[in-house]
Amino acid sequence: MALAAPSVRGVARTVGLTVYALIILVPLTVVLFTTLKTSPQMYASPFGLPTTPTLDNFGELLNGGQLGTSLLNSVVVTLSSVVLTLLVSSWAAYGIARIHGWTGIVVFGVFALGLAVPAQVAMIPQYVIFKQIGLTNSLLGLILINIAVTCPVAIFILTGFLKTLPNELFEAAEIDGAGQWRTYRSIALPLAKPSFAAVAIFLFVMHWNDLLYPLLFITDPSKATLPKALLDFKGEYTTNYPVLFAGVLVASAPMVIAYVFLQRYFVAGITAGATKC
Amino acid sequence: MTSDTVQGETAAPPRSLTFTEPGPEPRRKRRRRQAGRRNDPRLFLFLVPAAVIYPWLVLWPTVQAVRFSLTDWDGLSTTFNEVGLGNYRRLFGGDSVFTQAVGNSFKFMLAVVIGQTTLSLVLALALQRNTRTNIALRALYFFPTVLSSVSVAFVWSFVYDPTFGLANTLLSAVGLGSWQQPWLGDQSLAIYYLAIVQIWFHAGQMMVVYIAGLQTIPPELYEAVDLDGATRWQRFRYLTWPLVAPATAIVVAYTTIQSFKAFDLIYASTGGGPNHATEILSTLIYNSAFRTFEFGYAAAQSVIFVLVVALVTVVQRRAVALSSRGG
Repeated sequence: MALAAPSVRGVARTVGLTVYALIILVPLTVVLFTTLKTSPQMYASPFGLPTTPTLDNFGELLNGGQLGTSLLNSVVVTLSSVVLTLLVSSWAAYGIARIHGWTGIVVFGVFALGLAVPAQVAMIPQYVIFKQIGLTNSLLGLILINIAVTCPVAIFILTGFLKTLPNELFEAAEIDGAGQWRTYRSIALPLAKPSFAAVAIFLFVMHWNDLLYPLLFITDPSKATLPKALLDFKGEYTTNYPVLFAGVLVASAPMVIAYVFLQRYFVAGITAGATKC
Repeated sequence: MTSDTVQGETAAPPRSLTFTEPGPEPRRKRRRRQAGRRNDPRLFLFLVPAAVIYPWLVLWPTVQAVRFSLTDWDGLSTTFNEVGLGNYRRLFGGDSVFTQAVGNSFKFMLAVVIGQTTLSLVLALALQRNTRTNIALRALYFFPTVLSSVSVAFVWSFVYDPTFGLANTLLSAVGLGSWQQPWLGDQSLAIYYLAIVQIWFHAGQMMVVYIAGLQTIPPELYEAVDLDGATRWQRFRYLTWPLVAPATAIVVAYTTIQSFKAFDLIYASTGGGPNHATEILSTLIYNSAFRTFEFGYAAAQSVIFVLVVALVTVVQRRAVALSSRGG
């Protein structure tokens, strides 16, 4: 490789990698350009550069739709879900990691079971429960269901990490007179920070992009999160791709910006979380 | 033999991805159990919030799904009848939509598992060295993973649009106009076109798992087989492939489950249509429950769904274990 005379293999590799890069980039670029065109312009030249760029599509989104509200809903639901899931899961993980003997193993097993249950199985009874206690069309309902369905994976990863810490660490804290809460706060949490970051990013992506639960529980457009709102747009603007794509862009922008700046953590977090599911 | 021992050591490639240091793990629980060492009861308080919300909204509903599956409840009425195994009899007694959804789930799963595993391994092999270009390309290939399924579905509905979509336009531009397709409108092939979208969506993510796996293979081993004059193919077949088996196991297991669960993408792309051509089990369950309001029947479908997922997981684990031992 170091002497790299342009071998057939080397050329094939470059061509292959470039083609795949284009397969990723071209559709996304076309979408990006389309947001800057009017509908007639798009039909006239779907793949040309936007000759007279316009921001009308974004204007239409803000005026016509509930996109601003949905954006806000998504932010509230995602942030609350991530923070609360992390809290609840880190408490549980601390408990499980420190309870020895069979009790700890069994509790861990019960939570791990949640990784195996596909969402579509529990969703019908979940809908019934939410209907009964009036948690449909409620952001609180979405937050609760997010915590419930994602805490198993968070507990799984965090417990796995906390168990790698030597027990002496916790014992030393105990001898120094620290209670459990203090030990959790001052020993477990700081040491688990990297795992925390990974889990947080995984949850962030998952909650931000989730469609199933808003689809199940939300019918009131003023309570919709972005993926659900986008899907409703599709019904409304069936062939108006420019407005639709402006919506896609707004919905994706926070995630894309976060990815650009926190790329390493994204790759680690999403992959670690996903492969446990 | 050797491959087995190395597998044991590298059994968990994603460990490095969670930033956890393996660290020493003194296993001395036994010793601690003597002298009346009990669990501090306060530790159980930490479990309380999770132990309330998770059984309430996940475990209990799962059990209830089985219960609902034995009724003819429509989800709206206050009353319903016990129908015993009636729903299951209906499922296996010639419900053509259900049969079609099971078939589609497997077509989709097989296409995605084969396509995504192969593509992610090829990409990983090409990009395993940490050069600047490679790192940049990895970031690009991974990128679609952070998008939402709904966004991806819309982007691809534009690619696949029969009249002015990217795919057909490109085909005619390169003189292959006769290859133009109705894409997602093609009842026999739409499910495979959706599989392509799913692969585009997540191959980069699986590439990362493979790269982590490949980078655990000691370079000395490659030097050794090169000295023995192995061809590239032999090198891959007898060294890389067996040693990367733990990563393959993860990729295949995850991809399988992920493709069975690909509800969001399919629902946002086609809703299961046209004419159930892209209906997979997870969309069928949703549609049965919330479009046609057959809660009992949908619950029975969901119970079968869990069993299918469990069965496929077991079979597929065996297959991966066998194929990597075969070398």
